[in-house]
Amino acid sequence: MAEIVLRDVEKFFGENYVIRKLNLTIQNKEFVVLLGPSGCGKTTTLRAIAGLEEIDRGDILIDGKAVQNLPAGDRDIAFVFQLFALYPHLTAYENIAFPLRATGESRSQIDGQVRAVAKAIQIEHLLSRRPSQLSGGDMQRIAIGRALVRRPKAMLMDEPIGALDAKLREEMRTELKRLHLENDSTTVYVTHDQVEAMSLADRIAIMNEGVLQQVGSPTEVYRHPANLFVAQFIGSPVMNVTKASVQTSGAVASVVVGEGDGSFGFPSELPQKMAAASHGQGDFMLGIRPEGVLVSRQQAPGYVPVEAHIIEPLGAYDIVDLKVGRQFIRARTASGYVGKPGETVYARLDESQTHFFHPATGESLNISFGGA
Amino acid sequence: MANVRLDKVTKQFGAHTAVRDLSLDIADGEFFVLLGPTGAGKTTILRLIAGLDKPTAGRIVLGGEDMSDWTVAQRDVALVFQYYSLYPRYTVRQNLEFPLKSKVHSYSRAEIDERIERASKILRISHLLERKTDRLSGGEMQRVAIGRAIVREPRVFLMDEPLSNLDAKLREALRAELKDLQMKLGGTFLFVTHDQIEAMSMGDKVGVLNDGQIAQVGTPQEIYNRPRDTFVATFVGSPAMNLVPGDLAGGKVTAIDGKLVVPVNGHAGSAQAGGVTLGFRSEDIRVGPDEATEAVVHDVENHGVEQIVTLRIGGHLVKATVPANVPVTVESKVRFGVDAAKVHCFDAKTGVNLTAG
Ligand SMILES: Nc1ncnc2c1ncn2[C@@H]1O[C@H](COP(=O)(O)OP(=O)(O)OP(=O)(O)O)[C@@H](O)[C@H]1O
Ligand SMILES: Nc1ncnc2c1ncn2[C@@H]1O[C@H](COP(=O)(O)OP(=O)(O)OP(=O)(O)O)[C@@H](O)[C@H]1O
Ligand SMILES: [Mg+2]
Ligand SMILES: [Mg+2]
Repeated sequence: MAEIVLRDVEKFFGENYVIRKLNLTIQNKEFVVLLGPSGCGKTTTLRAIAGLEEIDRGDILIDGKAVQNLPAGDRDIAFVFQLFALYPHLTAYENIAFPLRATGESRSQIDGQVRAVAKAIQIEHLLSRRPSQLSGGDMQRIAIGRALVRRPKAMLMDEPIGALDAKLREEMRTELKRLHLENDSTTVYVTHDQVEAMSLADRIAIMNEGVLQQVGSPTEVYRHPANLFVAQFIGSPVMNVTKASVQTSGAVASVVVGEGDGSFGFPSELPQKMAAASHGQGDFMLGIRPEGVLVSRQQAPGYVPVEAHIIEPLGAYDIVDLKVGRQFIRARTASGYVGKPGETVYARLDESQTHFFHPATGESLNISFGGA
Repeated sequence: MANVRLDKVTKQFGAHTAVRDLSLDIADGEFFVLLGPTGAGKTTILRLIAGLDKPTAGRIVLGGEDMSDWTVAQRDVALVFQYYSLYPRYTVRQNLEFPLKSKVHSYSRAEIDERIERASKILRISHLLERKTDRLSGGEMQRVAIGRAIVREPRVFLMDEPLSNLDAKLREALRAELKDLQMKLGGTFLFVTHDQIEAMSMGDKVGVLNDGQIAQVGTPQEIYNRPRDTFVATFVGSPAMNLVPGDLAGGKVTAIDGKLVVPVNGHAGSAQAGGVTLGFRSEDIRVGPDEATEAVVHDVENHGVEQIVTLRIGGHLVKATVPANVPVTVESKVRFGVDAAKVHCFDAKTGVNLTAG
């Protein structure tokens, strides 16, 4: 139960400018996921909020009170570390109970809390083991248990369930969501797993090289990425991005990708929309996710012939590399839809899933065609 | 490079059996992915092959030679740990040099430099070479740990979830790089992952481990499309395959209190009538007004490209993958059907897949 405000926060490690003028408000009870490439400053940001790292400039406010000079112990924030540190000489039970030692609660109260948490994260059978006798996933869950047990004002979690298998991760995800709703703790959560980010977050904050790129609901950042970086960072497989330009002949508009590598039909309003975005007829960067590239085995209106180059079957669906001139565009199809590499198929770019970016700045031109 | 064979290997920790009478063949030059739930014994298997632990029973054979009594160094395998262990007071460069200074091989200075350069380029850590490793982010450390393995050409690469701490984009890039490296070196890889997409896209073979035993070995497609039992069926694939109790009679399964009827093919068609477990994946469900079964939308989870919709039919919950642009609201009524060609029929008692035969 706390509001966390980062105001113009900056952090240097020597020459290394790691957090750059970071402004972010995490509302009371909100669940914010911090996403970004390796080394972009996620852990450093969490450590700064927790008080484990001093900041060089700016303010960190918890419930309106500046805390940047307050020691970590006085901030009432729990932290699950990326490289979780369990006490090796203590059992799992003792590790979880550890934060409660100083609370002055009775032994039976503590026991009740430890067992309730252990049950929620399914580790009751491991309580008497020491860390050296546990598997990686077990240790990770015990580290989570230790953070959850004391119902802090705010929770910071650095990839807490990254090393768990998909099935357990799914269960833990549901459990964490439930615990969040129950405890009302303001949570900042770092993950590399996009499904986790999409399904847990109220809002996602995306960072790159210490700079905040976009903050928004999962749907917003997925459907309306503010720039090329966000567009290519969110979503897997990665969004196709290619240089492109608009061509018109009479009432028909089309988009030419690459250096005249291929041409795809587009609604005739495209030139007006480009003009309205004050981008005229110039080149732009076109972005389209693999699911926006529609593939047909038969010829169909608006579809152009392309060659299927590589087919990567991923179980639930296939990713097909389409050869468009000298370019490759990846499409997502039903599994087994395209028979074999080398086959000619027909493709169309779904305009409602096409993104337009400025070729120099990478900022979104905010052109959209409704639909999705 | 070498093939690896585990021959009836058992490993006990006190009263706990972590690996149970396990036999496994990994061919020379194969990219073998080990998948399994937490605590299944994956790390234990890698440690046994590397020689960090000794099996309680059974043999480990490398390139045709029983190496049960060999030391870690003699085995000449490279192990990337799940929790990376780097020398903290040394720079990244020094950490990458150590494995090249073994007594088994000697490398010239120029060769050492070249190998470090190549590995750090692959892993995108060239700019960090002179940094001490306790000043790295988690993902950077993880990549240095991989670097320590790939600067060498060991007989076998053992990697324990090496990409788990990396973002999706970098992961995609490194998957391709590691696969490329393996093809170039013709290396034998034993690769542990929790990520099913990783297993599907990298593995020549996938071995699914459950409670210290192999549940199934096969190509990624076999594992996904023809799971041997309900364990493999629900472990591989996300969301997990839906399982509902049903009755088999006359080549049809009737499930969910008679509300879902599907013809079954393959061996199951001729199996003995009786209680079965019907399995179908979320992507094999169609939602639309003309489908046969009515359900209530219980929950919707947004995954970007698609939404995972939990459907409630009486007391049963079933997960369906629905495109993101289809509007669904919680507690509204919808209709669904399943793709009969894709259903699996499991023995209700043993869990064995009757469809796959
Ligand atoms: N030194 C030990 N003493 C006692 N039990 C151990 C020891 N090492 C591992 N175990 C147990 O053996 C089992 C297998 O552990 P292992 O580390 O191989 O699992 P894993 O498949 O790698 O799991 P994860 O995905 O969580 O890393 C687990 O139940 C674990 O608790
Ligand atoms: N003690 C330190 N001294 C110098 N540089 C450091 C130190 N700790 C981290 N860095 C650098 O600061 C940057 C941000 O690190 P941080 O750990 O916050 O990244 P991250 O976003 O958590 O990455 P990952 O996803 O890989 O864990 C990185 O470039 C890292 O190399
Ligand atoms: Mg980190
Ligand atoms: Mg492990």
